[in-house]
Amino acid sequence: MSRYTSATDADREAMLAEIGVSSSEELFEQIPAEVRLGRELELPDGMSEQDVFEHLRSLAAKNADADSEVCFLGAGMYDHYVPAIVDAILSRSEFLTPYTPYQPEVSQGGLQAMFEFQTCMSELTALPISNASMYEGPSSVASAAYLALGAGKGRKKLVVSRGLHPHSRATLATYAEGFGATITEIGLENGLTDAGELAGALDDQTAAVFVQNPNFLGGIEDLDALASAAHDAGAMAIASVDPMTLGVLRPPGECGIDVAVGEGQPLGGRLDFGGPSFGFFCATEEHIRRMPGRIAGETTDVDGRRGFVLALQTREQHIRREKATHNICTSQALIALGGVLHLVWLGKRGLVELGELMVRRTAYARETLAAIDGVALLHDAPVAREFGITLDAPVQEVIDACAADGIAAGYPLGRDLPEHENGLLVAITERRTKADIDRLASSLERAVAGASSSRETAEVAS
Amino acid sequence: MNTQPPTHAAFAAKAAQKTPPRTAEIPTQLQRDEARTIFERSVEGRRAAVVPECDVPETPLADLIPPNLLREKAAELPEVSEPEIVRHYNRISRRNFDLDTGPYPLGSCTMKHNPRLNEKVAALPGHARLHPAQDPKRAQGALELMWNLERALSEITGLPHVSLQPSAGSHGELAGLLLTRAYHEDRGQERTKVLTPDTAHGTNPATVTMAGYEVVKVATAPDGGVDVDDLREKADDQVACLMLTNPNTLGIFDRNIREMAKIVHDIGGTLYYDGANLNAVMGWSRPGDMGFDIVHLNLHKSFSQPHGGGGPGAGPIAVSDRIAPFLPVPRILRHESSNGAGPSFDFEHSAEKSIGRMRGFQGNFGVFVRSYAYIRSLGGDGLREASEIAVLNANYLLARLSTGRAGKHLPLAFGERCMHEFVLTGDPAKRELKVKTLDIAKRLLDYGFHPPTIYFPLLVDEALMFEPTETETRESLDELAEAIDSILAEAEEDPEILTNAPFTTPVRRLDEAAASRRPVVRQPL
Repeated sequence: MSRYTSATDADREAMLAEIGVSSSEELFEQIPAEVRLGRELELPDGMSEQDVFEHLRSLAAKNADADSEVCFLGAGMYDHYVPAIVDAILSRSEFLTPYTPYQPEVSQGGLQAMFEFQTCMSELTALPISNASMYEGPSSVASAAYLALGAGKGRKKLVVSRGLHPHSRATLATYAEGFGATITEIGLENGLTDAGELAGALDDQTAAVFVQNPNFLGGIEDLDALASAAHDAGAMAIASVDPMTLGVLRPPGECGIDVAVGEGQPLGGRLDFGGPSFGFFCATEEHIRRMPGRIAGETTDVDGRRGFVLALQTREQHIRREKATHNICTSQALIALGGVLHLVWLGKRGLVELGELMVRRTAYARETLAAIDGVALLHDAPVAREFGITLDAPVQEVIDACAADGIAAGYPLGRDLPEHENGLLVAITERRTKADIDRLASSLERAVAGASSSRETAEVAS
Repeated sequence: MNTQPPTHAAFAAKAAQKTPPRTAEIPTQLQRDEARTIFERSVEGRRAAVVPECDVPETPLADLIPPNLLREKAAELPEVSEPEIVRHYNRISRRNFDLDTGPYPLGSCTMKHNPRLNEKVAALPGHARLHPAQDPKRAQGALELMWNLERALSEITGLPHVSLQPSAGSHGELAGLLLTRAYHEDRGQERTKVLTPDTAHGTNPATVTMAGYEVVKVATAPDGGVDVDDLREKADDQVACLMLTNPNTLGIFDRNIREMAKIVHDIGGTLYYDGANLNAVMGWSRPGDMGFDIVHLNLHKSFSQPHGGGGPGAGPIAVSDRIAPFLPVPRILRHESSNGAGPSFDFEHSAEKSIGRMRGFQGNFGVFVRSYAYIRSLGGDGLREASEIAVLNANYLLARLSTGRAGKHLPLAFGERCMHEFVLTGDPAKRELKVKTLDIAKRLLDYGFHPPTIYFPLLVDEALMFEPTETETRESLDELAEAIDSILAEAEEDPEILTNAPFTTPVRRLDEAAASRRPVVRQPL
């Protein structure tokens, strides 16, 4: 079905005449007959706008979204309140529809937004250099490895805490095949990276140590100690951090971390079933010419007016080709602007207040859930916004029972971590009130008791 | 002296109606103000957000988290009110040129119209508010949409298996080369080289290095296609893969594709298709039928996802049977029901030979929604017609630019006709008129057009690469051709009009060298 085009029969006729051919098929004769598709694509017929809308609406209706249930799911992406200005600004054509700012004279809005993004992320992480965004979190972790291996003078070993998100560890392992690097994993001890095991794993072949803060089980790591252990071995310290906790948690740059990366979704991002979000990539000054991706920089024009451009482009694939610091081209400019808007809206004090609220509600939720019969804490390390519990009942049954109460109880840890088959990861945001937490507690209590008793009945019967 | 407002009102100037100013206005206070950052608008004590009241015990934070792990000094985020935020970002937005206000014939970028229906369906709470870790049983609509999109892309590419996971074209390329690596290793082979033509996008060689291979360049023949003899010479048993774009970055369909595929397959290599130029051939020719093993598609090019000033996009890959076992996880499974209840969908999180994950969760689902809506809007015949008009528009613009001043000073670099894009060389203009391609591009800004891609592909001197796309009208193509003619007339009259351009944009030529020599990449606070 013709759509979004304007050529009438008269247009076509005039245009073909100008070109000097008799039909548009003739233009496609550039394609040899043996690779021309001699039939129509076997796809459903095109539809009217309203029919497409109804079709997509009916698909969307089959999903249980965070508006239709109380969502305690996290594991890297969180149900934060996104201020109304984010959608309003991001839907402006001027931000929505341009390409990458290759012509800076007519791209000052986008370039300035990138510059402001870089300043925000640099402030949050306390690291001086930020790029203008990466695809998303886990691939940013893998990209940090590429930087570390490039800086590491032949060192090929990556030491990775098991507290790093399973998706980040898996992505890093995929990329490492191309990098020719090996990965050594360090376990957790009571919810935190095992310092003793880490010390034993570090050697003169180690390019970098990877940790996450808070880690995947919610524990707040001692980044200072982990960074100095890495540095003592001559390795870089790389941390994946949750930007929404950086109002209250010590920023990686103050802890000696060399590169901080992370998933940007908590900042102004939709849940979107996992994307598009944005990743961020911040580093110490010495790595500025090894950074991946776009970086906006301030300069002046021929009249002395302030302006912004893409800086340090000689790092990038379109100039440096096979010697580029990374292959990334299109990243996440629009979504990163959403992050800036959310941060600016929260402001200097709002980010701190929101962090404090999350920490307090998380403490309340942890205490409340731990008091339930059949529920225990997975670890007692300090937490900020998410924590693990173990259930004395099959996790999937409990999740299903809570779902029947309109609650998404949390993330089943057994999906990625076989050692926590009975584990559930519970996330708290400013949207989860005390009343929501109490509701989760009573639903969980019923679910665990119900699942346990049905299991006992089954055992007796057998 | 020109007195028009300092924002981008000039963008709207129609080339056919008047010649834009040839001198710059004096910077005004307002212009300086417009480049102020949000940080420079900060005033202590102002705020926009009101954080909800604490409804649980207000325990001191130091009692919950060891004080040495807490932040001491707050990040210096700006302190501004909501009206200031809204005004600031609306103001700076007006300093962008965008597709919705003017033609954007940026080659290899496929700046086609972004339907607002797609934004509307992507924003439905069932999509936008769906948590990525939701139990697949309670996300059946999302999995069904992804399955349907996979099937559609499979049909469009002519390759049976699809992974939607990669986040952009370059990410799809990396996935493709890691698939190639896994494929060869599975057969007990360690290969070291990847072939790319010298016309390739920069992401191709950069990806080759990231995937641990060495780049070997293949020359271009006089007709603009790959030099098949050179390919044959370089294709040895160390070659893992040939990466190609077809039509290539010159806008030329490589007629020898089947022969090239045979050369590469005969030495046991894989053939990778960079889908940046798929908009030329949808419904007309399929990479799978050309002999490619792995294809990435740019949903933000061919399938109408807005570019957002540099993302987001998505770069799904489609592969042949022999590559399928290595595809990234998670994959989508479709189960037929035995009781007539209709199919159900699930994720498969591990597969023995899979390369593993390329990223977190499932991919850029919001982009999938938009591109799926686009494909369902057009259908198979609509996609074919989109490519047809993309090629018609490109050839029409080329024909308009082949005569008169453009034909004389900016001739076509290769061939006679083109597919969806074409590359002119500004070499004669540089010699005869003393103006560079950069100068022509900058003057086009004064005429209200975004310039074409310039200085790419690298083998064309002073290259200008035009891709009008199917959504431009004949009139806008005429206006673009007339603007270029007018600019060349100006160059004949006085080259400085071009070498000093632009004059009407929010800022004029910027010192990019200084920005790299002494980089200022954040606001000093």
